[in-house]
Amino acid sequence: MAEFTLPKNSKVGKGKHWPAPAGATNIRSFKVYRYDPDSGENPRTDTYDVDMDSCGPMVLDALIKIKNEIDTTLTFRRSCREGVCGSCAMNIDGTNTLACTKFNEEVKGEIAIYPLPHQPVVKDLVPDQTHFFAQYRQIEPWIKVDTPPPARERLQSPEEREKLDGLYECILCSCCSTACPSYWWNADRYLGPAVLLQAYRWLADSRDEATGERLDQLEDPFRLYRCHTIMNCTRTCPKGLSPAAAISEIKRMMVARQV
Amino acid sequence: MAEKRPLSPHIQVYRWQWTMLMSIVHRATGVALAIGSILLVLWLVSLAAGPASFERAQLILGSLPGLVLLGGWSFALFYHLLNGLRHLAWDAGWGLELKDAFASGMVVIIGAAALTGLTWVLAASIYGGF
Repeated sequence: MAEFTLPKNSKVGKGKHWPAPAGATNIRSFKVYRYDPDSGENPRTDTYDVDMDSCGPMVLDALIKIKNEIDTTLTFRRSCREGVCGSCAMNIDGTNTLACTKFNEEVKGEIAIYPLPHQPVVKDLVPDQTHFFAQYRQIEPWIKVDTPPPARERLQSPEEREKLDGLYECILCSCCSTACPSYWWNADRYLGPAVLLQAYRWLADSRDEATGERLDQLEDPFRLYRCHTIMNCTRTCPKGLSPAAAISEIKRMMVARQV
Repeated sequence: MAEKRPLSPHIQVYRWQWTMLMSIVHRATGVALAIGSILLVLWLVSLAAGPASFERAQLILGSLPGLVLLGGWSFALFYHLLNGLRHLAWDAGWGLELKDAFASGMVVIIGAAALTGLTWVLAASIYGGF
């Protein structure tokens, strides 16, 4: 159900201000969501003033600098620092993206950083993604075949392979799903844009032989049809993909198999 | 443990997107139209109940608040209609590119405003004012 306010234990208070070192001239402020599970206190936002003359260009560079030099307790996920792993997905300046591919200069004024929206927070910028990955598991994201394996690999024509472009690039960072109001209100039953794009990735694969079974699994008022083409997913995808278009393709496959 | 975890901010911090706004307005106009259709039925009922009650209904609808309500209702009708066509196009696989969705959204907003204006200009010219 749609709940527009945060639960009592989730309301965000005002936190600490960490000033820049003396002598710094090129300063930018980063307002960062903090939650310490051990403190028993509500989440808060801390503001860090960072000397940009000694900071890399990306938001992730700034977060790492804060953790290394200002406040070692700041917690966030990161790994590849080149937009491939999806670990550093977070809400930066109001939209979801990867901290490693977002330039500080893209944001005007104070840079506000929150965890991915409407997720249970483990600590600071780290959301609990158990539910998200359980939903991914639910669509059985692997090739399913009945025919015996051929002597060599299962071949695909270049045209068939092209159908996977715009789908296989998804890194499951969950920026899109956590940007989707439908997913905010109905994540218990709605699969959300990322998982549905992945579902379509297997529906569109010429080698997969479980299309009917996969569509049966999705034919549900919530799992698929909570998509109302709000398009926050496509607007926010850091890889430039279109979950909205993939979901539309699934809906069309649903109609096509009935006629 | 998991249940004690706070929920991260969502609508409080998410930057409003025009696609998101148009979607919520589609929902709102749908609700407005559902309520508006009840008003329409009440108006017809007042007509069936005789000239006195009909005159009273006309007086209420013709008052300033009544006209504002009707104006909003006519805009809701055209917005919901045009945006519904936009949804049909999406369901047919057309216009899902962001630039196309933006363009069709502009058509819906400008079209709904224009049709609302046209309706009221026509009504005014037929009835010679309100």
